[in-house]
Amino acid sequence: MRDVGIVSFAQSNAARELRNEVEILLPVVKEAVKQSGLPRTEIDFTCSGSSDFLQGQPFAFVMALDGVGAWPPIKESHVEMDGAWALYEAWVKIQAGEAESALIYSFGKTSPGDLAEVLALQLDPYCATQLWPDADSVAGIQARLYLSRARKSERDLAEVAVRSRRDALDNPHAVAKGNFDAEKLLAEPYRTSPLRDHDCPTNSDGATALVIAAGDLARKLAKRPVWIRGIDHRIDPPALGVRDLTRAPSAELAAKKAGVGRDRIDFAELDAPYTHQELILREALGLGTDVRINPSGGSLCTRALFSCGLNRIGDAFARIACGEGDRAVAHATQGHCLQQNLVCVLEGE
Amino acid sequence: MSARAPFKAITTPVRLEYDFTAGQAATLFLRGLEKKKIIGASTGPGQPVLVPPRGADPRTSELAQEAVEVSDKGTVVTYSVIRVPSENIKFDLPYVCVNVLLDGAAIGFFHVLQNCPLDKVRIGMRVRAKWVSDDKLAPTVASIEYFEPIDEPDVPYEKIKENT
Repeated sequence: MRDVGIVSFAQSNAARELRNEVEILLPVVKEAVKQSGLPRTEIDFTCSGSSDFLQGQPFAFVMALDGVGAWPPIKESHVEMDGAWALYEAWVKIQAGEAESALIYSFGKTSPGDLAEVLALQLDPYCATQLWPDADSVAGIQARLYLSRARKSERDLAEVAVRSRRDALDNPHAVAKGNFDAEKLLAEPYRTSPLRDHDCPTNSDGATALVIAAGDLARKLAKRPVWIRGIDHRIDPPALGVRDLTRAPSAELAAKKAGVGRDRIDFAELDAPYTHQELILREALGLGTDVRINPSGGSLCTRALFSCGLNRIGDAFARIACGEGDRAVAHATQGHCLQQNLVCVLEGE
Repeated sequence: MSARAPFKAITTPVRLEYDFTAGQAATLFLRGLEKKKIIGASTGPGQPVLVPPRGADPRTSELAQEAVEVSDKGTVVTYSVIRVPSENIKFDLPYVCVNVLLDGAAIGFFHVLQNCPLDKVRIGMRVRAKWVSDDKLAPTVASIEYFEPIDEPDVPYEKIKENT
């Protein structure tokens, strides 16, 4: 295995952007490239993650290249997935010896459509989508089962929200933040019981960009490169009745393959858009109560879908790069109810 | 019907509504159309004018947000005769769609050509926008009803080959 390290990271997040995706993305990519110290034209590979379903704009992912710089021609690829999977593709490319460096970016504009409805289209189009199982309702089903199986309460969920929003106060990019009282949150009405508004993600319009590089190049570029010590992604069946929704076996397996249990973990950045999903992931990844979860506030407070998973990896990188921890786990998810999961272990030089 | 007779089709309507985010550059363009102007954007003085603009100059990946008005006259750089009906199209078949290099612009502008016999359409011919009446002007490309030929000499291929 070649050493592959993250050398730079930039992001943008806002509740609702009046800029289009090109205008949001361009300064973010520019910033990540600038921070990397590598001229744009010397980056070997570019890989992105996004979905046109979010803004209802066909080929938005192609238009986004206007803001990335594709002239002179570049080697480029796109995944209809969170940018974390674009990072995986770039990592494989470097492992294969086909590139020494890569730019990874993702963007998600959640404000143009009704995201919970758009996500209903992820389910079986013949036997499920006609019922329009919007994402919040499906998450409610999962949360109900989880609370009952794990003997947890709605208060446990509210406490995840209170902690996340408090931590988000230190993150200038976080959208939902503040000091809240669990008691008061529990007095709010349900959205999709047992979930209340604070249990559901605050959607945002955002973009994330990272530059990664192999071994010595990464050491040359960054004061403290953050190595990807392990990275793996796995999938559970999409049909909601097929699997135990209270667990995330694919996250568990990905964590094992990525080497999460091999050494201590200082903190974790988990892409858990709903409060109960943080608890499911904590269990799947075997993270004890001593591991700090989502110091950034996480995807619960700021979810630019398709960007927020890569954003978790970027947040973990930034924390390690400035010395606030040495070894972290970062995670990204796709699909309903934590159906697909990517886990990576990051370690500072 | 036998319980095992296969279904050949089911109808599952899907409808999603979106609020389009024009962004800064396309907003300039759409606001222009309301005022009977075609506004493109460039990264700065003397730089290529992109119309309709999407925010960035793809050649340099710099923000292109500087408004530049271009002419509503231009040169046909390519065309196609359309013979396929569509309920979205209000023109009689066959009709011609064109890519017009507007005077002052760096890239072609897609629209429809009218008032021109099919065998007279050619690359290099000069055309001009026919606008809707002033009371119907709106922030949409439909504020231009179509393009039509004007009495100006053809532009030689050499001058437009970059755009063909």
